[in-house]
Amino acid sequence: MKPSRFHYVRPRSIPEAVMALQRHNSKVLSGGQSLTPLLSMRLASPDVLVDINGLTELSGIELRGSDLWIGAIARHQEVLTHDLVKTHVPLIQQALAYVAHPVIRNRGTSVGSIAHADPAGELTAVAALLGARIHASGQQGPREILAADFFVGPLESSLEHGELVTGVSFPVLDATWGSSCAEVARRHGDYALAGVCALVRVLDGLIVAARISIFSVAGTPLVIDVMDVHEDPEKLNLKVQALIDPDTDIHATSDYRRQLVKTLVVQALTEARVHAELRQS
Amino acid sequence: MTTKSFGEPILRKEDPRLVSGQGRYLDDLGHDALAAAFLRSPHASARILDIDVSDALDVPGLIGIYTYEDLEGRVAEPLPLLIPHPALLNGRTGYPLANEYVRHVGEAIVMVIAEDRYIAEDVVDLIRVSFEILKPVVGIENAKAAHNAVHSSVPNNVSAHSVKEVGDARAMIKSAPHKLLLDLFIERSACSPLEGKGVYAIWEEDSQELRLWSSTQTSTGVRAAVAAKLDLPLQKVECIAPDVGGGFGVKIMHPWPEEVLIPWAARKLNRPVKWSEDRREHFISSAHERAQEHHIEVGFDEEGRILGLDVTFFHDNGAYTPYGIIIPLITSTQLLGPYKPASYRVEFTSLFTNTVLVIPYRGAGRPQGVFAMERTVDAIAKYLKLDRTVVRERNFIQPHEMPYDLGLIFQDGRPLEYDSGDFPASMAMLKKMVGWDDFETMRSEYAAQGRKIGIGIACYVEGTGVGPYEGGFVQVETSGRINVATGLTSQGQGHQTVFAQIVADELGVPIEDVFVTTGDTRRFPYAVGTFASRAAVMSGNAIALAARQVRDKALRLAGEALECDPQDLEIVDGIIRVKGDHSKSIALKTVAVLSNPLRYAFDESAKAATQFAVGDTSKPPVPEDQEPGLEGKDYYSPMASTFANGMHAVIIEILPETAEVKILRYVVVHDCGRVINPMIVEGQIHGGVAQGVAGALYERMAYDESGQLQNASFMDFLMPYSTEIPTVEAGHLETPSPLNPLGIKGAGEAGVIPGSAVFASAIEDAEGFEIRRMPISPSELWELRRTMKENA
Repeated sequence: MKPSRFHYVRPRSIPEAVMALQRHNSKVLSGGQSLTPLLSMRLASPDVLVDINGLTELSGIELRGSDLWIGAIARHQEVLTHDLVKTHVPLIQQALAYVAHPVIRNRGTSVGSIAHADPAGELTAVAALLGARIHASGQQGPREILAADFFVGPLESSLEHGELVTGVSFPVLDATWGSSCAEVARRHGDYALAGVCALVRVLDGLIVAARISIFSVAGTPLVIDVMDVHEDPEKLNLKVQALIDPDTDIHATSDYRRQLVKTLVVQALTEARVHAELRQS
Repeated sequence: MTTKSFGEPILRKEDPRLVSGQGRYLDDLGHDALAAAFLRSPHASARILDIDVSDALDVPGLIGIYTYEDLEGRVAEPLPLLIPHPALLNGRTGYPLANEYVRHVGEAIVMVIAEDRYIAEDVVDLIRVSFEILKPVVGIENAKAAHNAVHSSVPNNVSAHSVKEVGDARAMIKSAPHKLLLDLFIERSACSPLEGKGVYAIWEEDSQELRLWSSTQTSTGVRAAVAAKLDLPLQKVECIAPDVGGGFGVKIMHPWPEEVLIPWAARKLNRPVKWSEDRREHFISSAHERAQEHHIEVGFDEEGRILGLDVTFFHDNGAYTPYGIIIPLITSTQLLGPYKPASYRVEFTSLFTNTVLVIPYRGAGRPQGVFAMERTVDAIAKYLKLDRTVVRERNFIQPHEMPYDLGLIFQDGRPLEYDSGDFPASMAMLKKMVGWDDFETMRSEYAAQGRKIGIGIACYVEGTGVGPYEGGFVQVETSGRINVATGLTSQGQGHQTVFAQIVADELGVPIEDVFVTTGDTRRFPYAVGTFASRAAVMSGNAIALAARQVRDKALRLAGEALECDPQDLEIVDGIIRVKGDHSKSIALKTVAVLSNPLRYAFDESAKAATQFAVGDTSKPPVPEDQEPGLEGKDYYSPMASTFANGMHAVIIEILPETAEVKILRYVVVHDCGRVINPMIVEGQIHGGVAQGVAGALYERMAYDESGQLQNASFMDFLMPYSTEIPTVEAGHLETPSPLNPLGIKGAGEAGVIPGSAVFASAIEDAEGFEIRRMPISPSELWELRRTMKENA
């Protein structure tokens, strides 16, 4: 369990990092909590590892216009406890509570887990649900990719070779919005067997928008607008079940995962509504 | 007075070192050593056609590539079969490196030695092996069907077969008023110590000596095995177990292939060589346990008393049997637990499969046996509509029947005879602690909130302190430091504390002055090892006996020095004094000086000793029956094992929609005789319960049909985190063992044994349908619910 030989680069600026990433078979190292085990098991054997942990300009969490911007090397733990996140995009913290354990959260980065495009990743689902924008820098300069266009398949994004994700901006949600993340995992902090993020908008006590993002049951997070069915659990379930096709594996059967989705969708929507009311009171 | 330390919850002496990064585990040693890596079989059953190393030879830093063809002398012979048994008709062991055939994924084929592990793994990646792939045997069903053979020379894949009978169980069942049949399954799990195996060897060319370190549960065993394999005099081999990060059984096996190959390579290359097992290697090339299938027939009367018990079970022993058939032997005897069926028949068949070999994992066959027995007792209770504890109580061996001979032969080859225990008292204590009699009220309260709870119970008896022997050495230095050594090893149990407690009390010295060494053949060369909950019983008593020798000698010398009768003396806080007249005294360390006729005054004790005169001038300075020095050595060898027991209860809640099991309370009543250190015993119970929870609800080895282990990592092998482990409420009962001087019994495995039984009992209680297979995941429980509903 030792990585195969690779070149290690620790750039001092974004252009330097982008330059290094142009080399064949390069890979970005940020928190390393997904990449390092892959390297050790030789499931990934990059020729060049570009360590962006020295790029302090990517460590920030700040408001930029109507967005909350999280830099590429902001740690989960910092995001989990940051006041701006709590106030403006609480769903991120609701989801992060399920992510691993403190030791991993101290190193792992929230943006890194989005860039990794793991279909079981809670933050992948959050980004998809909120319509976050992924900021990438390449040789052609910076560009923004909408989450819906970013997640292409399991561990596969529309990022091009040589591009560096520098941060993700999440639209700020005013107090009319409530959110929730609910999941079932075999052990606390594990990847979920199934999970659901929900987002509702409540005006004058009425739900005026409702959508969910389901993770761990498809190759990419599945965002579904449930405004039309949210009041009827049966219709809600029918709509959702028609769109998912979970796998059977050593941990759970496909039907059990469907059952989890059925339960979690209701739970997440209910909690999201309560959350909205709480924020408004 | 010196505070008595036996029985006190003294903080562990080893912890400040271990929790502050001062521990030295195998991989902390030998940073400059050459590193080994292994090419392991990717197939479960195959013939090796060719090994092509041509692409690998030019890698800078490569030292050597070795296949079976390169092995020499006894290293090329099959590995030893450690524990033969008459029932083991077809024992088979592997070779250090595969000889033509591989029989499980993970079996070592090529050893690469390089300047470091990175390079060694690079080389492994460049070696090409071609195989003729054979059809594998995976799982008990396939092994029984025997369409394919694991070993072509073994018919029907059967390694062992045994039948034991006490009375005529079949006739008794036939004539019994009531009968039940049960089929019960337990799946594979594994020890999973945090530190895998590891070996580090240094060959001293000048003195032709081998020094090796192994992350082992038996350094004396490894030493003897390596000396024999390498054809070296025992005198020229030393083996040390450094700090060991857990064992749980897997490290009692010896020699592992690597324990032979690494020293062999170190001598061949005349360079230090090290191998540290990585996690994937540990999953696919160490050992597993637990897979068994049991068919039970039981006959009983109206009261629930068992008249006849007939158990037929099949044991999956994996690809080889280097450790014999100790697990099914234990299941077949310890299954009976605290009960006395009027007759008993047990038949087992041990089967080869193309999977990782099977050796004891904490509990060692008992979790399966207890699962089988406790499910049976629950089934009787359900059938007769009796309380589950009532049926248990009616079948208990009573305290006045102790010692109780069960009419069987135990794993140590001695009669299975319980030495002591008070099962009704344990049950009463457990019922009180868990609130058994009030549970139906609790159930209704939860039901009113739409919540579903259940309570489970399970009892066990555990043979501990298995012989043949251990030794102890105690020495008083002239500084007052007390050195204690025993040959068995430590893997985190707290031996440095409990053995020091024993010596502190026996010698009347502060525990701070006592220093314990374990698992170092340079310090104590005769030992068996740490397994079978035996260390405290075996080495604890041996050390106590050695300390008593030291005490006797110290009092005799002090008597001479103080000119009084040794019987009038006592030792308090390291000072020997006349009882009732504290003005006449001499320090123990001063006596240590007097004990050695060579008395250069190097230290203060030696100067102090000049005022005393000992010895008979008519005799030589060291008389015929005496030895210089204040030290003692003794051995403890019991006639039979001593039997600890315990009972667990768990209250669980099962979520209605997702079938997730939440543990509300976990209660343990435990009797391991006299307790040396209650905190350490509780720690053992907590750790054991954690592994019990793991085996019941989380862990399994998921082999696919081709013999690939699909979850060979901690991502998919669900060892629970601390977040999944309940708070354990433990109650102690102390029924001293009459068999040993200290009255103690083993406690190491207790916590894990009833895990699957107690959870199955609770889940069945909550759901209302039978639970016959463990472990059980939420997905499986949910699917089972659905099947039951469809069938209803």
